[in-house]
This record gives sequence, C-alpha cells and structure tokens, in this order.
Amino acid sequence: MQESLITDENVELLLADLLEVYGYDFTDYSRASLKRRINRLYSLDKFPSFAEFRYHLRSDATYLKRFVEQITVNVTEMFRDPGFYKALREEVLPNLGTYPFIRIWLAGCSTGEEAYSMAILLQEANLFHKSLLYATDINPSVLEKAGKGIFPLSQMKQYSENYILSGGKKDFSSYYSANYDLAKFDEVLKTKMIFSTHNLVSDHSFNEFQLILCRNVLIYFDKDLQAKVFKLFDESLDNLGFLALGSKETLQFSPIASKFKKSGSEKIWRKIS
Amino acid sequence: MAQDILNKKATEVLIIGGSAGSLEVILHALPLLSNPLKIAIIIVLHRKSSSESILTELLCIKTSIPVKEADEKEFIKSGTIYLAPADYHLLIEKDRTFSLDYSEKINFSRPCIDLTFQTAAEVYRESLAALLLSGANADGVEGLELIQLTGGLTAVQNPEDAKISYMPQHALDKLKPDLILNKDEVADFINRLH
Ligand SMILES: C[S@@+](CC[C@H](N)C(=O)[O-])C[C@H]1O[C@@H](n2cnc3c(N)ncnc32)[C@H](O)[C@@H]1O
Repeated sequence: MQESLITDENVELLLADLLEVYGYDFTDYSRASLKRRINRLYSLDKFPSFAEFRYHLRSDATYLKRFVEQITVNVTEMFRDPGFYKALREEVLPNLGTYPFIRIWLAGCSTGEEAYSMAILLQEANLFHKSLLYATDINPSVLEKAGKGIFPLSQMKQYSENYILSGGKKDFSSYYSANYDLAKFDEVLKTKMIFSTHNLVSDHSFNEFQLILCRNVLIYFDKDLQAKVFKLFDESLDNLGFLALGSKETLQFSPIASKFKKSGSEKIWRKIS
Repeated sequence: MAQDILNKKATEVLIIGGSAGSLEVILHALPLLSNPLKIAIIIVLHRKSSSESILTELLCIKTSIPVKEADEKEFIKSGTIYLAPADYHLLIEKDRTFSLDYSEKINFSRPCIDLTFQTAAEVYRESLAALLLSGANADGVEGLELIQLTGGLTAVQNPEDAKISYMPQHALDKLKPDLILNKDEVADFINRLH
C-alpha cells in the first residue's frame, strides 16, 4: 500500500471545481471517505496525472455523472438491522395507522432495498393501500435500479433471515419471483413508490411526512451539514411525525434535539413540538 | 532494541488490529495497563455484528481506563480506549475525529483494519503506532506497510505465540516490523508508549 496519490489539497481543488462548474456541493462531506473514493476512481480510470483528471472532470459533464456515482457510497440491504424494522412494526406503524393518509420519505434510499422492506411492512400492517413512499437520492442511477425492484438472488437468504428477525411471519420468497440469479419483487410493492432525485445539501422540503427514514447518509456529512439536514427534516415532518436514522447516527446533539423525543432503544425519534 | 525504539518515538495513538484469536490477547493485556493512559488506543477487531455491545462491556470489566465504542465525529482523546463499531469501517479524519463508512467489505471484513491503518497513517504519521495480532485473514498487512512508510511504529504478534498465525505471519513475510511481541509482552509495550 502506498500513500494516496490524490492529496488532501487535490481533493479540495476538485470539490471547489464541482461547486463552481456544476453547482454540486460536497464541501461539507467528511473527507476521509471522499478522499478514498476519489483515489479509487483516479486509479480505476487510469488518469496519467491529477491535472488530466481535474481537466476531464471540469470539462466533461458526462464524466461528472460517473464521478458523483463513484464517490458516494451506495451499499444497502433489505431489513438491515432487523431490530430497527421490528421497532417500526411495533411502535411506529400502529401510530401511523391513525392517519387517513400516510406519507413516508426515504432520503438517501440508494438502490431501493429499504423502500421495498418498508412496503412489505406496510402491507403486513394493512396500511399499504393508504400509504405513499417517496424514495429519493442524489444519484440518479441508483434510483433507476430501485425502480426495477430486481436484486441479486444470492442476497435472499440473508434478507429472509433479516425479515424473520424483524417479526415477519410470511414466507419471504412469496414477495419475489426468482429468475436465474435475480429476484424480482412483486410489482404491487412499486405502485406506492415515487422515485425522485433530491439533494439533501441543496434541495428544499417538498412535502409533509409522517415518517422520514434517513439511514447511513448523515455519517458522510460533517456536523454543520448534519444540523442543516436535521432542520430540513424538522420542516418536512408532521407535528407528531417520526424520524428514523441509521444505527450509528444520532439526533442527540443537534439543534432540533429538544423538539424530539426518542422512542424506544432504536434510532427512532418522535416530534413533540 | 525494543527499549531504544520506544524511548525514541513519541506516540499519540496506538491502533490494535486483530481477527480470530486476538481478543484473548487484548483481554490479557488490559488489566495490566497503567491508568491514566498517555495515548489513545483504537481497537479494530473482526467480529460478528451481533456481539456488539457485549464486546465493549467485556473490555470495560478488565480495566479502569475508559473504554467506549467510537462515535462518528467524536474527537480522539488520549487516555481513552476506543473500539470500532461492528459492521462499519472506522476512518480517521484530519481533524482527529472518527468517521464511519458503510461501503463494501474489504478483505471480507467490515470494519477493515487496513482502512483504519491507512487513514490514521496519513493523519498521525510518525506519531502513530500499530499492533497487528492473531488472525486467519490478510487484513491489516498493507496498512502496516504504509504506517512503516510514513514513519510510524509497527509491532506484530509473534506468529508462534498467536492462536492463529496466518495474519501475523503474513505481516512478517511482507515487512520487518519494529517489534515482534508475545502475548505477555503486549501490556508492557503499551505502557511504554508516550
Ligand atoms: C450508504 S447508502 C445508504 C442506503 C440506505 N439508506 C441504507 O441505510 O441501507 C447512502 C446513500 O446516500 C446517498 N447520498 C449521498 N449524499 C446525498 C445527498 N447529498 N442527498 C441525497 N442522497 C445522498 C448516496 O447516493 C447513497 O445512495
């Protein structure tokens, strides 16, 4: 292993370029992950020099697309952290049931595994018919995948275990049809999903929700940007709405903490004022 | 020789990386560490994601030095032992805070020892020390090479003393660490870091 070819200063130059040329603002992202991803891309695409890399990014808008796709982390799973989904089933959904219409925002949904998990929960709680899932991400190509609802069959064993641990009572395979090495999820699940790009850094609130899920996105943001995004979520939540974060993220020290009350042991908060 | 190198070097942070068979080494050393600890210790272990909080508790029982799971954006303080959370990569930022990353597994592992070693090497350079323990995986070796390159102190568990020799042996095949330690020498090594 050698030292990163792309230096800290190089990273700052690229981020400044992205903002100046394309209006994409990554300047409040944590640097260690960005630096690693940019290095990886630089090696992968075999640029002869940093200058060439930089020039290419500045002048070729199609390369921008690849760049954004590659420096963001899109790893995700269905029913990741089963205990979290169990808490959604037992503590959150019964509350949402009292609303005539349920709007849920999955911010940073990546390739959609979370959205399909959520749709399954809603079906099993008999709330699906009156729900709408808004699944958003900064990266259009993951949304395209999410819209297909097709995931590797090799993952299903793990997902099925997660599903059962989350309190699922059905045969998980009843939700998809297997075709060669792919699992295609029931088309019905998609009928209540809306996929759209949304950049948490720069885009505004677009509706009022009863539940917002934003998991494993904020770990990539610095404290200031986290605070800004929390404000956006606060503005986008109904008075008694729920906010759910990833297992290592917290609302605790944020400026909006006093308006929320933690519900149970999972990373779920309820708005109280 | 061991003494020399430890006297010469000023260390801020020690990262201990380990896989199968490494926990017993840590549990053995912890009660022998002097409190207050002059440096910060970051422990990156491969483990099943379910055993999460249990591991922190297990370590807490063995020492009066504060032991905690590393929180994202937390500032790294000396006198504390941090544990990498299960199922996230643990990265070190230039401002000496932790950040977490949920990207692909590397060397079949998350947390990946190489990644913490690498990001820490680029931040702490000469003031970093690393110790690679028992394991059946090659993770950590490349990171150790980088730490050596950036002037940090490198130590490896004696493969003959390790429960699973693969990881430390692989390290010795690739580099000449400053120190090769038996399980019984680990606490003394840590107590000398300053
Ligand atoms: C690690 S994935 C998390 C996926 C899923 N929520 C989970 O927890 O499994 C992070 C996602 O956040 C998205 N993301 C990163 N920056 C973003 C931003 N500024 N606005 C919206 N989404 C963003 C990435 O494109 C990626 O799909």
